[in-house]
Amino acid sequence: MRLELRGITKRFGTFTANHHIDLTVEPGQIHCLLGENGAGKSTLMNVIFGLLQPDEGEMLIDGVPTRFSNSGEAVRRGIGMVHQHFMLVPVFSVTENVVLGFEPTKSFDRLDHQRAREEIRSVSQAYNLEVDPDAIVEELPVGLQQRVEILKALSHDAELLILDEPTAVLTPQEIDALMAIMRSLAESGKSILFISHKLKEVKAISDVITVIRQGEVVGTAQATDSEAQLASMMVGRDVTLTVDKAVVAPGEEVLAINDLVVRDDRGLPAVNGVSLSVRAGEIVALAGVQGNGQTELVEAIAGMRPVESGTISVRGVDITNHTPRQVLDAGVAHVPEDRQLHGLVLSMSVADNLVLNTPRRAPFARRGSRNLAAVAANAEQLVTRFDIRTTSTQAPVSSLSGGNQQKVIVARELSRPLSLFVASQPTRGLDVGSIEYVHRQIVNQRDEGIGVLIVSSELDEVLALGDRIAVMHAGQISGVVDPSTSRETIGLLMTGAHAEPTDA
Amino acid sequence: MPESTPRRSLWTRLTGQSPFVVTLFALVLGLVVGAIVIITTTAPVLNAWRGFFSGWGAPGHALKVTADNVGAAYRIMFTGSVFSPATLWHAITTGQGWSNALTPISETLTYATPLTIASIGVGIAFQTGIFNIGANGQAMMGGIAGAYVGTLIHLPTVLHLPFTLLAGIAGGVLAGSVPGLLKAYTGAHEVIVTLMFNYVVSAILLYTLLSTALQAPGQQNDIARTLDPSAQLAPLFGTASGLRVNYGLVIAALVVLFAWWFLERSSLGFEFRVTGANPQAARASGINAKAVIILVFAISGGLAGLAGVTELAGFYKTLDGGFLVGNAGIGFTAITVSLLGRNKPIGIVWASLLFAALGVGGRAMQAATGIPLDLATVIQSAVVLFVATPVLVKEIFRLRTSPTAALQLATKGWGS
Repeated sequence: MRLELRGITKRFGTFTANHHIDLTVEPGQIHCLLGENGAGKSTLMNVIFGLLQPDEGEMLIDGVPTRFSNSGEAVRRGIGMVHQHFMLVPVFSVTENVVLGFEPTKSFDRLDHQRAREEIRSVSQAYNLEVDPDAIVEELPVGLQQRVEILKALSHDAELLILDEPTAVLTPQEIDALMAIMRSLAESGKSILFISHKLKEVKAISDVITVIRQGEVVGTAQATDSEAQLASMMVGRDVTLTVDKAVVAPGEEVLAINDLVVRDDRGLPAVNGVSLSVRAGEIVALAGVQGNGQTELVEAIAGMRPVESGTISVRGVDITNHTPRQVLDAGVAHVPEDRQLHGLVLSMSVADNLVLNTPRRAPFARRGSRNLAAVAANAEQLVTRFDIRTTSTQAPVSSLSGGNQQKVIVARELSRPLSLFVASQPTRGLDVGSIEYVHRQIVNQRDEGIGVLIVSSELDEVLALGDRIAVMHAGQISGVVDPSTSRETIGLLMTGAHAEPTDA
Repeated sequence: MPESTPRRSLWTRLTGQSPFVVTLFALVLGLVVGAIVIITTTAPVLNAWRGFFSGWGAPGHALKVTADNVGAAYRIMFTGSVFSPATLWHAITTGQGWSNALTPISETLTYATPLTIASIGVGIAFQTGIFNIGANGQAMMGGIAGAYVGTLIHLPTVLHLPFTLLAGIAGGVLAGSVPGLLKAYTGAHEVIVTLMFNYVVSAILLYTLLSTALQAPGQQNDIARTLDPSAQLAPLFGTASGLRVNYGLVIAALVVLFAWWFLERSSLGFEFRVTGANPQAARASGINAKAVIILVFAISGGLAGLAGVTELAGFYKTLDGGFLVGNAGIGFTAITVSLLGRNKPIGIVWASLLFAALGVGGRAMQAATGIPLDLATVIQSAVVLFVATPVLVKEIFRLRTSPTAALQLATKGWGS
């Protein structure tokens, strides 16, 4: 199947998720869509699969303009999608999951298990996708569950297979197996659209690579291009943000991380022996492609994820495996990566969100009773100081724009005495004005002698803010470099190549 | 930029979609549904319409019969649960018959008293994101504990009544803590555990009534000793008034005040609400989820227990096997009342007054017109259904929709 997208545009309110996307997938081709989280990859896939309707542009299948009003039409037209989060019924068998919605039946509408099982056998043999048809899905490892998804798509005669971040949940061995499957599918003439932000895999498997950033196609690359080239295309080099900052002599060590090991939700070591130090009055920027353990590292510091081994200490006090409250009390501020999930209570007022993690501290409460006047006064002061645009401090924080929501979190975290300020993706999704503002606040903190650790997948941000740049890859620090280091070198470190040793 | 909210006219308020307005319109719709039930099940009304459609009656007659019957039913429902203008006027002009004039409202308040207390307990749990389906068992446990202290210990009133009430609270805390601890430490789903615990407490009730010192001397049946007068909640206006409304009303008022303060003004209540609205943010903000779960079950259970002992000490005076069973199961009604009141103390007061009035008025209506009491249940259920589907209500009354104010019952699904 040949799929061609012409000028696809998709908007959500004032936000443009896809802007004039052009893309062609040839039959038998593995086409990779490369881009960072939030670049608009998943939106585009949902448009192709009929889950979202484009606002502009057209889609051609084998040269014929086509429009799907739902995913069922896309399936009937031969498009199969394997979602990032599997759409399987965990307690059903492989056979039941694959035939779900298209069940072969015997008399009296009884499910014809025998025929279903044989159909699955023949499909799995044809494409070399081995899986026990009678196994219960929840008992299968993740890699095999994904295989069931692929099998399901193929059993509906898919000619174009969309794989949305298929490797995000797989182990390295499972990734190898998946790549073998993808290759054999392409050889048999299926088209594959593969979404990823992992450079190594993209290079290993793709015939053509389309890079998108902030909803726009920024270019096409070949698998032979270097990882550094891909990385700089992906994070973008044409937007350069500069931050004025004076030279400040760093003071004593405020954060010391020693040989830290932290497991992710699947129980795999996401942080694997990280040692890092942040001194008072310096900004350490942690760079790296998303999903290399940065999230888990920050969660471990914030007390939200258990530490397997190693230590974390703040100003010499051990805070390893302390509760979030204890970490907070140790003078650590944390701007979480997912602000709406971890940082805010959307239904509550701006004023309440500004004291979300200090409701019991003076003057906000006295003997168990809240002092709403003090909470309101605090809100008025912070709204003015941080220029938070809201109709009222009593308005629910959900009524604020993303940038102003982030300002609420930053304002809250900076409104108490700190030793260490940790921020994950502090400017993700913000407009340029808000980005500058947040950057200025971060630099001000540093100038006041607070240690700052910033995690960002935006290379520009890392270069603009960092006094030192630590690069993380595959759960380890692949290098700590000076901000004057070239993008190419940092790009290489992001792909795991080790630089000449520098002081960590 | 702070900007002032423009003052809204009465009409804007009525056609806007404040929760209060939607609830009010839901009540209107509930009464319409009740009217339809009356029309389709009452013989005189049906006969009048049958006559009309058979061609030998005037449409005016059928309409008149309908209006008379529906009107009478709802009129008696109102006079039976709030007041009758005639009787009240008589009392005012002659100074006689006050007891008669105030009986309907006294009855409604009597029924609303324990219901309010239990519903507030359920509401606090809902606001924390916890489904306490075990309020009935917790109330029952409160009644049992209160019955022990109120019958087997003999003290002067100043000590006996407080101890009885405290025992009731303790019983509720005990019954609520079991599911709380199970959820906090094993992750057991509170809906299942609290629901099942109701049955456990039912069995405990029968056991205490049949096999312990609680059983009335010389009794073979499941009847306990009667509470000492010193352990009872006396009628507010004295026994001679004949009005059953009792000092439990004062307790309920204190509970409402406490709950308002707790949810709106206390630090712990704030942490409860944060946990209910976004558990992940609560955790990231340093709120101890286990402690919140254990505490919310203790508070919710304690209030249910207080509701149970109030029902016993103010109304029944004697514990028996029918205590809070079936229609009397205020702990179950409390779930509905709490949702109707949007889990807020003031809303819960109105909702339980409404439920109590429909129940009391329904009995008066049954006695006077022969329309079964079940009609009250139909109206109660319809009101709750309409409140639960604000979109439908807004559509019917053409209320304006504002994009920001999402109107849903303040709870989440089972899986959460």
